[in-house]
Amino acid sequence: MGVGIEVKALNAWYGSNHTLQDIELTIPANHATALIGPSGCGKSTFVRCLNRMHETNPVARVTGTVRIGDLDIYHDISPVEIRRRVGMVFQRPNPFPTMSIYDNVCSGLKLNGFRNRRELDEIVERSLRNAALWDEVKDDLKKKSGASLSGGQQQRMCIARALAVDPEVLLMDEPASALDPVSTSKIEDLIFQLKSQYTIVIVTHNMQQAARVAEKTGFFLNGRMVEFDSTHKIFTNPSDKRTEDYITGRFG
Amino acid sequence: MTDLRMPNPVAAPSRSRAEERNDSSATDAPVGSVSGEVSAVRGYLLSRGNSAGSDRFFAGAMLLCALAIFALVALIAVELMTQSRLSWHAFGFSFFYKFNVDPITHLPLFWDPVNGVFYALPFIYGTLVTSLVALCIAVPLAIGLAVFLTEMCPLWMRAPLSFFTELLAAIPSVVYGLWAIFILVPLLREHINPVLMAIFTEPGLTHLLGWTGLFGDNGLFGGVNLGLGLLCGGVILAIMILPIIASLTREVMRSVPNSQREAALALGATRWEMIRMAVLRNARIGIVGSVILGLGRALGETMAVAMVIGNSPEIHLSLLSMGHSMASVIANEFSEATSDMHRSALIEVGLALFLVTIVVNAFARILVWAVTRGAPARVQ
Repeated sequence: MGVGIEVKALNAWYGSNHTLQDIELTIPANHATALIGPSGCGKSTFVRCLNRMHETNPVARVTGTVRIGDLDIYHDISPVEIRRRVGMVFQRPNPFPTMSIYDNVCSGLKLNGFRNRRELDEIVERSLRNAALWDEVKDDLKKKSGASLSGGQQQRMCIARALAVDPEVLLMDEPASALDPVSTSKIEDLIFQLKSQYTIVIVTHNMQQAARVAEKTGFFLNGRMVEFDSTHKIFTNPSDKRTEDYITGRFG
Repeated sequence: MTDLRMPNPVAAPSRSRAEERNDSSATDAPVGSVSGEVSAVRGYLLSRGNSAGSDRFFAGAMLLCALAIFALVALIAVELMTQSRLSWHAFGFSFFYKFNVDPITHLPLFWDPVNGVFYALPFIYGTLVTSLVALCIAVPLAIGLAVFLTEMCPLWMRAPLSFFTELLAAIPSVVYGLWAIFILVPLLREHINPVLMAIFTEPGLTHLLGWTGLFGDNGLFGGVNLGLGLLCGGVILAIMILPIIASLTREVMRSVPNSQREAALALGATRWEMIRMAVLRNARIGIVGSVILGLGRALGETMAVAMVIGNSPEIHLSLLSMGHSMASVIANEFSEATSDMHRSALIEVGLALFLVTIVVNAFARILVWAVTRGAPARVQ
């Protein structure tokens, strides 16, 4: 089951560029939370701070606290450990091209020394079923390379890969922006089903997508979080003028 | 050729259009010119005329330069073949594997120019063994260096480290040879060889692993320790091919997309696991290619090896024994080859070396090319 996320006074920099300023936010467990905002507003940086991927860039820097469940991820735990608990799906599908579909899905488990073949088989099947890909690939799990699938299938395989390690939180950084409408709707259905079991944070450019899948929505602008509220309220009666301007398409 | 001539049909009509316009402007209302006169710039450009002739000349000259490469390779091959005909007719394929037996010592006799014995096996053996030793030493070092440079090197150190690695490749071979004679040979003789000999002739190990044939007095490190020999040649080659392998491996690793690294890290990989899973795995074909390219250099390397290998046409298992390589025998003996057969045999050795290095290099280039711009490492 998922856990909640509590963010306090989060600041992040790329070099001298102050990309996130004083973010305060509480993300509820077992719900989908969408983050919207124009390009470059800091929403991707924000999710990358939630699994400490931000700091893999040598010029990046972070201050503040992020609590996932009971853990302060910047003080109590190493980046490697937190990334095992927090799965991430990227904007462009990034399967490992030299691995089969099977090996791609269980790569996170094998990495951590998980070797039991029977359990691996079960987990791979369950993860692929959860990612709504099982029926399409079950016949050539070990025959086909992960890169031989279509873009939408690759992205669902990447979701299965993230689910295989049974994460508490699933971060999705514009997971459907490189996909066609059919694949996009499959991914959205998937998020809809998964959010009862996982805490999902999804960054999106597509406001309809946020409205369709998320209970809570946050609006980012210029490195600050302008408004965070229930999705319904954000899209029907936002309290901030800038949010209203953005969702009605007056800028961004 | 066709695309080089492309400009001509385009240039010609555009010029005639310009002339028409020019003519009409003289009689009727000015077109595209405010004053009614042809502007200085337009007039100048029109006076330049059609440059198709000079363009064609330029294209032809460049084509000639390019074709010269093919001609050179073909010329070298033809020349080597005609010059080695004498020994080819005398020995045929047995040139590469046969040997005589010395009537007095009963040892195999491969190469005795005075008595007209010319079999090339010890040179092939020496070239292969020194190159293999070189690969065994250089490959792990080079891959380690490339991993450090692409994945973990602090920014301030990256440029100087790459610079010095490339610099190793620029040192002339003969300087490496001198350095080897004065530094490497004594170092091996005094410090390294004794340790290796002690390990490989240790009675317990010899008893346990004697069946491999690598241990004991007749094993890989048996015999007399002179410092010179196959091992020394291999070590100096290793230093010489290290920069080639390292810099190509670095290029190949750099071509692995960052999204692959992020994919591994996001799954909870440590840095080393990420390198293994995302970088080395995707780059492996290219790494093999760069290793083979290093092998190509090692096979053909002459001077440094000739200075330390010992120059005696024998075959022994021990890496401490003297040997000879294909390149070093040509360098050493060509100026003293008085008989036609001796000369011809040396050229045949050269022909064999030429063919082997061309094939090895072509194969390696294809592998590296496949990875840096082809499918295997690329996802998007």
